[in-house]
Amino acid sequence: MAAGKTDEAMLRVEELSLRFGGVQAVLSLSFEVRQGEILALIGPNGAGKTCVLNCINGFYRPQKGNIYFEGQDITSFPPHKIAEQSIGRTFQNIQLYSGMSVLDNLMAGRHNHMKENILTAMIHFGWVHQEEVKHRKQVEDIIDFLEIEAERYKPVGMLPYGTRKKVDLGRALALEPKLLLLDEPMAGMNVEEKEDIARYILDIVEEREGTVLLVEHDMGVVMDIADRVIALDFGELIGEGSPAEIKANPSVIEAYLGKVE
Amino acid sequence: MQLPCGTFSTTYEFDKAIIKTRAHWIVLALAITLAFAFPTFSHPYLIHVVNFVFISIIAALGLNILSGCAGQISIGHSAFMAVGGYTSAVITYTLGASFWLALPCAIVAAGLVGLIFGLPSLRLKGFYLLLSTLAAQFIIVYIVAHLDITGGLAGIDVPYAQLGNIVFNTDKSFYYIILVVLILATFCARNLVRSKVGRAFIAVRDNDLVAEVMGVSLFRYKLLAFFIGCCYAGAAGSLWAHWHGYVCPEQFSLMMSVWLLGYIIIGGMGTTVGPFLGTILVLGLTEGLSTLVTGLGTTYPHLLDIIAPLKDLIFGIMLALFLILEPRGLAHRWYMMKSWYSLFPFSY
Repeated sequence: MAAGKTDEAMLRVEELSLRFGGVQAVLSLSFEVRQGEILALIGPNGAGKTCVLNCINGFYRPQKGNIYFEGQDITSFPPHKIAEQSIGRTFQNIQLYSGMSVLDNLMAGRHNHMKENILTAMIHFGWVHQEEVKHRKQVEDIIDFLEIEAERYKPVGMLPYGTRKKVDLGRALALEPKLLLLDEPMAGMNVEEKEDIARYILDIVEEREGTVLLVEHDMGVVMDIADRVIALDFGELIGEGSPAEIKANPSVIEAYLGKVE
Repeated sequence: MQLPCGTFSTTYEFDKAIIKTRAHWIVLALAITLAFAFPTFSHPYLIHVVNFVFISIIAALGLNILSGCAGQISIGHSAFMAVGGYTSAVITYTLGASFWLALPCAIVAAGLVGLIFGLPSLRLKGFYLLLSTLAAQFIIVYIVAHLDITGGLAGIDVPYAQLGNIVFNTDKSFYYIILVVLILATFCARNLVRSKVGRAFIAVRDNDLVAEVMGVSLFRYKLLAFFIGCCYAGAAGSLWAHWHGYVCPEQFSLMMSVWLLGYIIIGGMGTTVGPFLGTILVLGLTEGLSTLVTGLGTTYPHLLDIIAPLKDLIFGIMLALFLILEPRGLAHRWYMMKSWYSLFPFSY
């Protein structure tokens, strides 16, 4: 790990507010993601966790507030510009390119790093071959990392759920993200699969110098692997701190378990 | 990814190659030789039919990139052929330039007009986009039917293509021009789908929101798909004009657009071989049934009243059967055949 954990904020969210008609999805939310850490974002269903990710990704335009990535204001960027800043994302309900093989899904993830244009792609001479092969090697590294060698040529529609989750993660990694947004990477998995994903997340941070913003419902996993945790309820920040602090936080306990009358 | 028995990918270069074995190269060389030799031994009428089939395939290849790969369904594709045909006609007839200059101009012109009619795709999807491309069909054909420079409803004569002393004014001679364009068009289309651009197109088709998060600019790639798709239509239109020697608005009908979509659906959307199989099947069926009906009609003239309408009925039933039995298109059947051949004599 060259960069290492620092206190430097990589992503800074300031006073973010998002409203859909009468529904206040996110209200004056501020937090920061530091270089090289795993930050978990937790909260009950409907707390606005995915909304926050969608704002960072540029899917939603917040009514108020700003999002800074490495000092640059990216609040008004369209999603593909945000991808160019090296922010990768996986999805809660797997969103793969169903018509492509695993390999092509991952190659499609390298879109921003490839230099082909329409003419060279059509003629496909010398350097285009080299370019494709170069990126193929990078993709093979990820395939190797996620242990999906056997599935390489299979259409993603045929794969079991757990493997598709891995492909989704692999496609995000193909983008070479500095910041990786993971939206419930372990939903619907058994213990072994969860352990695998947890290991990948730790490896991403340690070996690939990644920074992870993790939305997850499995508290066991969150408490084990997260460096810091922030808790949301009804779009508002109710707790921030280390896993141990969050466990002891009365507002968090109340949000999850209800109030003692 | 099936390889013939005993063939293994050992390098990434080999793995991504389209033609991998010596047998493939031989088959390809034979097929191209046969295609070039075809007019020397064929019946003149057959050459005429094949010319029409080839031009349709060129247009269908473009529509396949646009609708099959990028998922932007268009039902105005023959209108873009009209743009190509008329551009070519005006450049050669009115301005007196040669066909060799007019063809690229027609391609670019059709692509640019395609860009304009592709703009709604940034907001519309699926059936709604289909309707907005229907507008292209009516607007473009209306315009060419009412402008002076395009000769109105009567259309305009188009000079034949010329190279030195050779004038390409027969089915047989023009066949070669169409064939060369078809080969180039296929080459480009096949390369496109295995490149960054092709993957971006499929990404937009399969999941446009995610494609954007992965860095694909929807604005850019949707319009690019329209541009490329309509360029192909422009090439087809230009060839069409110079093959017939004239253009008129009626040649570029809505039915033709519908059929182009039909070709790629029957052939298999999103595959390069699909437009070939679909076009050959549909036009082959049409021609075969016509020949059959004419033959029967001369032998039993009193039955002609019954047989002639039956032709359309049989045609319709056969197409419906094809779609029911092979909903993924003929290309799927083609891939199954290829994998059977690759693994022969083992079953898997």
